[in-house]
Amino acid sequence: MIRGMPEEEFFVSGHRACAGCGAAIAMRHITKAAGKNTIVVQATGCMEVVSTPYPQTAWRLPYIHGAFENTAAIASGIERALKTLGKKYNILVLGGDGATFDIGFGALSGAIERGHNFLYVCNDNGAYMNTGIQRSGATPKYAHTTTSPAGKVIPGKLEWKKPLPFIIASHRAPYVATASISDIPDLYAKIKKGLTIEGPCYVQVFTPCVPGWGIDSAKSVEVARLAVETRVFPLYEIENGLLKITKDVKEPKPVEEYLKLQRRFRHLTKEQIEEIQAFVDAEWKRLKELEANKCRFY
Amino acid sequence: MAKSDNKLKFSTGAVIKEPGSTLKNKTGGWRAMRPVLDQSKCVKCGTCWMYCPEGAIKKDDKGNFVIDYDYCKGCGICANECPVKAIRMELEKK
Amino acid sequence: MPEIVVEASRAIALGVKLCKPKVIPMYPITPQTHIVEALAEMINNGELEAEMIHVESEHSACSALLGAQAAGVRTFSATSSQGLALMYEILPIVSGNRMPSVMAIANRALSAPINIWNDHSDAVSARDQGWIQLWVESTQEAVDTVIQLYKICEDHSVLLPGMLCLDGFTLSHVYERAVVPEQEQVDEFLPEYKPYVKLDPEEPITMGPIAFPDSFMEFKKMQQEAMLNAVEKIKEVNEEYAEQFGRSYGNGLIELYQMEDAEHALLGMGTLVGTARVVVDELRKEGHKVGLIKLRSLRPFPKEDLIKATENLQGLAVIDRHISLGYEGPLFSDVRSALFESDLRIINFIAGLGGRDITQKHLRKALLSLKEGKEGGWLL
Repeated sequence: MIRGMPEEEFFVSGHRACAGCGAAIAMRHITKAAGKNTIVVQATGCMEVVSTPYPQTAWRLPYIHGAFENTAAIASGIERALKTLGKKYNILVLGGDGATFDIGFGALSGAIERGHNFLYVCNDNGAYMNTGIQRSGATPKYAHTTTSPAGKVIPGKLEWKKPLPFIIASHRAPYVATASISDIPDLYAKIKKGLTIEGPCYVQVFTPCVPGWGIDSAKSVEVARLAVETRVFPLYEIENGLLKITKDVKEPKPVEEYLKLQRRFRHLTKEQIEEIQAFVDAEWKRLKELEANKCRFY
Repeated sequence: MAKSDNKLKFSTGAVIKEPGSTLKNKTGGWRAMRPVLDQSKCVKCGTCWMYCPEGAIKKDDKGNFVIDYDYCKGCGICANECPVKAIRMELEKK
Repeated sequence: MPEIVVEASRAIALGVKLCKPKVIPMYPITPQTHIVEALAEMINNGELEAEMIHVESEHSACSALLGAQAAGVRTFSATSSQGLALMYEILPIVSGNRMPSVMAIANRALSAPINIWNDHSDAVSARDQGWIQLWVESTQEAVDTVIQLYKICEDHSVLLPGMLCLDGFTLSHVYERAVVPEQEQVDEFLPEYKPYVKLDPEEPITMGPIAFPDSFMEFKKMQQEAMLNAVEKIKEVNEEYAEQFGRSYGNGLIELYQMEDAEHALLGMGTLVGTARVVVDELRKEGHKVGLIKLRSLRPFPKEDLIKATENLQGLAVIDRHISLGYEGPLFSDVRSALFESDLRIINFIAGLGGRDITQKHLRKALLSLKEGKEGGWLL
């Protein structure tokens, strides 16, 4: 064990992710937390493409990839099949934000409503990275992507990110959490918890993308940490409908410190940065109120 | 461009029955910068091990962390994250 | 085995029950629903030990089918029309992963305009996606074929998914006499499901990898070989079934009616074959040497059997319940291509789209037009 986590790797070296890939860091620790008795279902996306070039696989767990938008449905079939066989394994469903927020949202919503026992983990890098950095429902406001380019008239994406964890929590999911590759022990613990709690659980992991965000490959963890420290990506859990902030950021850094390390935000004006700061402040205040007032998601 | 690879074996349904077989794909050749770990400075905290996207940092029998250059892509996260600055990045000599 | 009067949809459900599928993902769509409703009843009354997954779309139904089959169990689903169209993306993924899932397709027209009635546009459009397609004429054939399909699809020389195609309403909602086999008989005929691979932590495999241009073609070639193996397997299973249950359907791939000395013949799929039998009988009484070829297996396509069956014919009229817009009836294209080297005159009729009746008059006209050397066309 190193830092309380097993040394055994289930997502092994030799995969073809970019140098400094945030999602690859997440894959390693998510699978460590899940352990041997786990079936992985993965959506089409970077992590699928880099890990399964026939005849090689980076996975040391039983693994299936079907399509982009149907992992939650495939997992539903696996879960019910195992039930009829009298077997119980962890079912770990993996997808990027495109697969989760957008194209696979219907399948995920349906599977959660039906109450299948699985853990869905979204690696959130805020765009369709595998197809070349296109805007998704998880792309932050004003981010430059190849389909929301920062132009002379339109300065990148014009909308805020979809609040997916809240939407999932409102489905009566027993456990919803956010995590970041900057805090691996926390990620590890949340994955364990999500697999232990009966029913459909959801963890959204913040995973910076080196080419997609235009960051130095050495800085993907640093950028992820700044997202937490600026309150851009708050870490919390919603257990049985009650929200708890798991990382209280008492003295937040200005969002600019997070934004300035990324090429996708380099076109931002002072006003736009202020607008983002105001949004982040308001969202944090809302989280704090939800927590303090014990507001229930269901 | 692409031809049939005579060495490949084709399984029914393209099922891969060799778990962890990307280990055959040595990604060390991607590296432009090389992390060098100074064991005398290392406090063995495991931060580098934790943050390596490749799983290319391992703990040896003596409890020392070592970098597996067969797979290290030279991203530099380990050097950036090391709390005691025990890892420095050098230009890879090819 | 008493003969009962039963709706085809319920009869199929009874046939499915005898095959003991473990997972049944389903999404409602007319005219398929009576099949899954009957299965739901059986499950909820404790008569069938299976899990029904009430998925939120056909896309997810097909995906859950894949997941359950990959986990190592026998599966079943059913759909129609837009439902099959919504599954379309996943159809080649099920077949590419070589998962022998079985689905019933109560064939219905594709929109627009929206139309819930029968034609063959849904399944025929999906013919290239690596699923075996057996098309049936009657309730009895539907029950027998669903049992046969599991045996064909699961055979390790085949390992392909299969569609049982039946005409929506014209068959799915019709009450007919049929014999539903006994459980012991089916248990003897259909071995317990043994997956060729399954998702199991004891033996971690990777399914659904990315295949680069250096390997993709070989996997497609293997699927084609499996389809060719299915040609023999369908025949074999048809014979075995006949031995055990006393019923068979031609040679499993095609069924011939009054073809011994026929000079002109009709070829079609599904319930129109029943009407055609009557027309052939009547024309024979009038002295016309006519016959009928029922195509049961659209994929794999029984090329050799068709060549043999048409050796002594002078003309063949192919009835398509679908049109490949911009060309012709796709069944006609397939048949003509198979018979390319013969001198046979082949004409095409488009008929029965969107639930339009195919009447005896229509088929009589088709056969007589053929005999008189006229062209094909639309039987409106």
